[in-house]
Amino acid sequence: MWKIESDRPIYLQLVETLQQQILTGVYPPGGKLPSVRDLAAEAAVNPNTMQKALGELERLGLVYAQRTAGRFITDDRERLEQMKEQLAAEQVQIFLKKMSEMGLSRQDVIALLERAEKEME
Amino acid sequence: MNRDAIISCQGLQKRYSYKLALNGLTLEIPRGKIVGLLGPNGSGKTTFIKLVSGLLTPTAGELLVGGHRPGVESKRIVSYLPERTYLNDWMRVEGILEMFSDFYPDFNEAKARDMLARLGINLKDKLKTMSKGTKEKVQLILVMSREAELYLLDEPIGGVDPAARDYILDTIISNYSENATVLISTHLISDIEKVLDEVVFIKNGQMVLQSSVDDIRASWGISVDQLFREEFRC
Repeated sequence: MWKIESDRPIYLQLVETLQQQILTGVYPPGGKLPSVRDLAAEAAVNPNTMQKALGELERLGLVYAQRTAGRFITDDRERLEQMKEQLAAEQVQIFLKKMSEMGLSRQDVIALLERAEKEME
Repeated sequence: MNRDAIISCQGLQKRYSYKLALNGLTLEIPRGKIVGLLGPNGSGKTTFIKLVSGLLTPTAGELLVGGHRPGVESKRIVSYLPERTYLNDWMRVEGILEMFSDFYPDFNEAKARDMLARLGINLKDKLKTMSKGTKEKVQLILVMSREAELYLLDEPIGGVDPAARDYILDTIISNYSENATVLISTHLISDIEKVLDEVVFIKNGQMVLQSSVDDIRASWGISVDQLFREEFRC
């Protein structure tokens, strides 16, 4: 779950993993997040790096801090939907770029997607 | 020199008769961070740690630990895990706990007992009868149960299996006191880099680089481990 790659800053990867966990409901809307120490121990990373990642999630509006009670996931479902769409769009961009690098046309890609969908059924 | 830094040194030199182990080391280590002291064998890591702990005295240069010259004041705030054990191996765990309680006012005995219990370590056991990995864990528990301002860990994961390494790293991140600094010397970088804020590279008794782990990854696009291999290629 906490896979850290070696070629990119660690805190960015923590932000991505936490985003994923929030958007897939591992941490449900309005729910409480574990403490920085506990999350850091779970991910086996430095607590300050985890702190920085949580700060970034606050900035993105996915998480808010309550002075004494800790950090909570936003219950703004619109914001969560928006974020999900944004992440999905990023993944699609990456996918389309790879396909065009392989020389596939838009039609080829759509045909491939339809075939893949049929095979999954 | 910066008195707010937990360690601050300038032109620090240590000579062993014919050999210069530290050759004008200048650096500052801030409070509240986990810092890796990285360098090849013989680069001066252990010498530096022994100077900071007050076991050795500098040949030349300035060194402040928590704003004090190494001595009684600095030893009070430093919790040190040496590379080799200094505990007598005929001692039982309960005897060592008693000794630590006697010796260090900041030793949290309840915390140490709790961690030992969770590992299933019998307080009647002697160090002598324990495996190398278990002995390392016991010593780390003792050192991390002090509420110190500076933890000096000299090769805490050398010579133990990967599962024991994970336990040791987890114990470090979950137990150092807030605003304390942990200085870890090692050459097993890939195992440890995720838990570090900063790294200091030393070579031939001098500093080569001081940087945050994420700055290295952001500017070079490689891990600290890879950077180390390039910097110190033989």
